Amino acid sequence: MTITEKVIARHCGRSRVVPGESVWVDVDILMTHDVCGPPTIDIFKREFGEDAKVWDPEKLVILPDHYIFTQNHHANRNVRLLRAFAEEHNLPHYYDVGTPRYKGVCHMALAEEGFNRPGSLLIGTDSHTCTSGAFGMFSTGVGNTDAALIMGTGKIWLRVPETMRFIFEGVLPPYLMAKDLILAVIGDIGCDGATYRAMEFDGESVYSLSMQERMTLTNMAIEAGGKNGIIGPDETTIEYVRARTDAPFECVYSDEDARFHSEYRYDVSTLEPVVAKPHRPDNRASVVEVAGIRLDRAYVGSCTGGKLEDFQAAAQVMKGQEVVIDTYIVPATTEISNALRTTTLDGTTLWDVFIEAGCKMGQASCAACLGGPPDTFGRMQGSEVVISTTNRNFPGRMGSKQASVYLASPLTVAASALNGVITDPREVFV
Amino acid sequence: MESNIRGLAYVVGDAIDTDQIIPAEHLVYSLQKPDERRLYGRFAMSGVPVQVQGLPEGHIPFTEPDKYESKFTFVIGGTNFGCGSSREHAPFALTEAGAKVVIAESYARIFYRNTIDGGFVVPFEAIEKINDQICTGDDLELDTRLGQLTNHTTGKEYLLKPLGDVAEILSAGNVFEYARKNGLIALSDEKH
Repeated sequence: MTITEKVIARHCGRSRVVPGESVWVDVDILMTHDVCGPPTIDIFKREFGEDAKVWDPEKLVILPDHYIFTQNHHANRNVRLLRAFAEEHNLPHYYDVGTPRYKGVCHMALAEEGFNRPGSLLIGTDSHTCTSGAFGMFSTGVGNTDAALIMGTGKIWLRVPETMRFIFEGVLPPYLMAKDLILAVIGDIGCDGATYRAMEFDGESVYSLSMQERMTLTNMAIEAGGKNGIIGPDETTIEYVRARTDAPFECVYSDEDARFHSEYRYDVSTLEPVVAKPHRPDNRASVVEVAGIRLDRAYVGSCTGGKLEDFQAAAQVMKGQEVVIDTYIVPATTEISNALRTTTLDGTTLWDVFIEAGCKMGQASCAACLGGPPDTFGRMQGSEVVISTTNRNFPGRMGSKQASVYLASPLTVAASALNGVITDPREVFV
Repeated sequence: MESNIRGLAYVVGDAIDTDQIIPAEHLVYSLQKPDERRLYGRFAMSGVPVQVQGLPEGHIPFTEPDKYESKFTFVIGGTNFGCGSSREHAPFALTEAGAKVVIAESYARIFYRNTIDGGFVVPFEAIEKINDQICTGDDLELDTRLGQLTNHTTGKEYLLKPLGDVAEILSAGNVFEYARKNGLIALSDEKH
């Protein structure tokens, strides 16, 4: 069996499952946030009663992150609804806005707070829940109805997916990041190339990546239609998890004779920096092909490209230089935001590198990645052309329908911010 | 699910993601309060760029400005309909606007699942590409049991794919009713 099949089998009390069959599984962690939490709670109460109890308060994690720093009163009301629900049910894992517990982007917070554990099964009301698969676990996004059913019963039905395997070999050149690898994959197989399937990432290049970079790979599985992205655990995984939680976990791996739907091999030493052109994540071009296209904005943030290492990469390019277009820096979580002020590059904190370069600094949240209310930090308001480390560029994704979004790695975004046109990071690398 | 559905077609292109079906800025309204939930009907499909809203001509809004219900019963899409964000607000918005059926060549997994489990618009899959054969405003009729679609405007008929094993959840109404019928969750005293 593949690692995905094994995790699903263990969570339905079976020794074996086969792709195509539907099974009811026990969920280890249910995650929700401020956009989908309130409607999930409404459905939970409708179906299980006003006084119904959550199936297991220890297994429900609520992370407000989408519309936090806005004056929109409906958005603010959603956070109040979550707060009231957490109080009513005495939920230990609610990370309230305006308190020191506030975290920010849920997928990064799940990792930081130790909820991502090898071999486990995590469901979230967000399509990028597939990010957690970087930890050798099954994770996928669902809607409010499925989440409400889990909230009451701890169970969900899943169709066991076939697994596509992506093997990366060779040494990753310093001008490439995991973002380039996953954009290359999505460009090859298309936005629906992995629909209903698991995407398993394997090979020496994957195992040479940090957990943060591995999360960039699994995060964008959904942009190829994947049900989940997954990477077998290794020492790097175990070290990260042990530093974050005392909870037990069990590593599982794909068998030698596991059956895969298909297999793709990449020699990373031959790959180039790439972008996804407007208005689809599979609209790939090499940076060389689009170099020189005029930009209005650059954006570094989100669950895909707002991790500490994403900012380290961007700072490496920007240090001692000034951006020539509006450039937004939005750390995914408060932990990452704090780290920007303590992590240094040649003696200067990353925060100061960005300030000196003329960047606009935002607060930990999803911010403009998905547009959001009109007063959202960095949101597109007109026909801006933006290069961004985020995950989607369908029309209107970052706000205005007239805006054009190029998706790229933090290195490419930073290099482009310095020139005001799409720029190959190899040009500015010292 | 009604056995026979007749109404007007609203046609869009490939890869209509859920941000286009209901833009993220509108996800703040309550899905319960009547004065707010109707806003989902008002803004359904409003993220589709105007030049491709209602193909082939474009510039046809799904819901007229200042209205809360659409005159279109069928949404006709291409490949990978409903890709992107997992927001259940998307099938909810189409349903709230009054649409009953989506017919597309293929669906993104989460959108498809949400329509079935939540009991919203019924997602049928076309066997061939049909969003270049049907025009916005065409008069369509669907026999949901046979999966037979008739375009009364052109006289053409299309056979759609069978709904498969999700038909059980559809006929139960939603995933809760299905789970109760199959003993997967206990019947709640108050409601059932």
